[in-house]
Amino acid sequence: MSLEIYFIQQLVNAISIGSLYALMAVGLAMVFGILRLINFAHGDLMMVAAYIAAFSMLAGLPFPVAVLVMIAGTVIIGLLMERIGYRSIRGAPDVAALLTSFAIGQILQNGTLLITRFAQKPIQLAFPSPDVLNGVVAIGLITVPKLNIVSLVAGVILLALLSWFVTRTNLGLSMRAAAQDLQAAQLMGININRVIATAFAIGSGLAAVAGLLFAVQAGQINPYMGFTPVLKAFIAAVIGGFGSIQGAVVGGYVLGGLEVLLTALPGLGDILPVGAPAREFLRQWLPSSLTSYRDAFVFIILILMLLFRPNGILGQRQREEMQ
Amino acid sequence: MLELKDVEVSYGNIRALKGVSLRVADGELVTLIGSNGAGKSTTLKTISGLLRPKAGTLTYRGQALDHLPPYAIVALGISHCPEGRHVFAQLSVAENLRLGAVQRKDRGAIQRDIERVYDLFPVLKQRYGQAAGTLSGGEQQMLAISRALMSQPRLMLLDEPSLGLAPILVRAIFDTIRQLKRDGTTILLVEQNARLALDVADRAYVMETGRIMFEGSAVELKHNPQVEHTYLGT
Repeated sequence: MSLEIYFIQQLVNAISIGSLYALMAVGLAMVFGILRLINFAHGDLMMVAAYIAAFSMLAGLPFPVAVLVMIAGTVIIGLLMERIGYRSIRGAPDVAALLTSFAIGQILQNGTLLITRFAQKPIQLAFPSPDVLNGVVAIGLITVPKLNIVSLVAGVILLALLSWFVTRTNLGLSMRAAAQDLQAAQLMGININRVIATAFAIGSGLAAVAGLLFAVQAGQINPYMGFTPVLKAFIAAVIGGFGSIQGAVVGGYVLGGLEVLLTALPGLGDILPVGAPAREFLRQWLPSSLTSYRDAFVFIILILMLLFRPNGILGQRQREEMQ
Repeated sequence: MLELKDVEVSYGNIRALKGVSLRVADGELVTLIGSNGAGKSTTLKTISGLLRPKAGTLTYRGQALDHLPPYAIVALGISHCPEGRHVFAQLSVAENLRLGAVQRKDRGAIQRDIERVYDLFPVLKQRYGQAAGTLSGGEQQMLAISRALMSQPRLMLLDEPSLGLAPILVRAIFDTIRQLKRDGTTILLVEQNARLALDVADRAYVMETGRIMFEGSAVELKHNPQVEHTYLGT
């Protein structure tokens, strides 16, 4: 494999993983921006989406219909989560909200577990990936998994739509206003319940798409699969600047890039021609076995970020509060 | 137009308002003066629905306000320009103004009102694309007032519009307040600068520790020896 092709393939990889993280992180960031709530149940919402998609397809629905059912179902569950869980404790101390998010996560996980039990499915369910997402496509000399192309395109389109929504529509503008100053937003005549529900709805929809892509990539799903993605989305949001939507997008792609870099660099030594000086250097100092420590490096970067730039790449100042 | 009767408000165990009654008639400019912590801002926040009264009634044109959410109160034509300006710092001047009109659907009329506001404060027109947080204090106050005007209020609640501004800007802001009154807007003005407030107001209420201590026409209160002594510093 030539170096250029290796590079392009890894780049596509990075952007597609980045899209996935960005889709997840945006939902976390929107809710945090307005409510100062870290919604750890966001990962479980993604898991629920994967299950809705899997059950819809197993029930014989064609893939596009299954996707619509999945998005609609996840949005409804996200809205219920806000209405029943978070709205009741609004204004309570942050710890209560955080605990509520863990409780909601538990409910979603165990609820899913119950349903798989009733449906007599194994806990570890093979995901019925549709053909459009399986296999690879060859573009010239480069072969790329179809899934990566789809992730990349879906991510870019959805995030562009989101950007249009928050800058061009009244509701989107209201959302940004509420994130900056909740009381002043109320004084403008903004119905904050509506704005918060919208943030949950959009976040849930994006998490659903991320859940589908994640499930196809993993090949199988289980009720606990949401944990790692929500952690990654959290890291992405912190890297970008917590609470800002652009920050979450930037953080998602930076994290995707970093992860691919941490995987691609150690592998690079094996690809360079025998005799190249860089080959021996890389094989000695960045052997491909380091790849398995990828997440450890990611967490090191998170720690460094929190130490030296806690406001993130696009960090904003703390919101002013009205006395 | 607006009537408060025996309104009581608490923050936790602290009673901030201990039975406040006041009236604002159509077209009037009424001022609420008093020292820091007297409950002036609390009174305004209760009218606009940010705070809930524990007892008492608030009515606006015959409609009870005390159980309405803030957005419904804005819809009735009450606009609150808060103390400390609270402009949306990371949004542009134009976006701040758009947010002031967030409940309105009449795009053409909104554009005309934006032009009207630019006539009132030409500096805002120069800065329309700039983030509000980069404006000076005086410009932010002009933006806050303009933004509050964008909802086409019939009653405007103005909280400390002169706070922290240079004297020349204070005069400009008060000129604007006079003009708004001439244009028919009813105004309830909270001010620490009692002398200035009594100069523009028709009537005034003097608050102290959560109660109304004096009330009367602005001219009367200006010459009330006790008010003179305590609040006008003569």
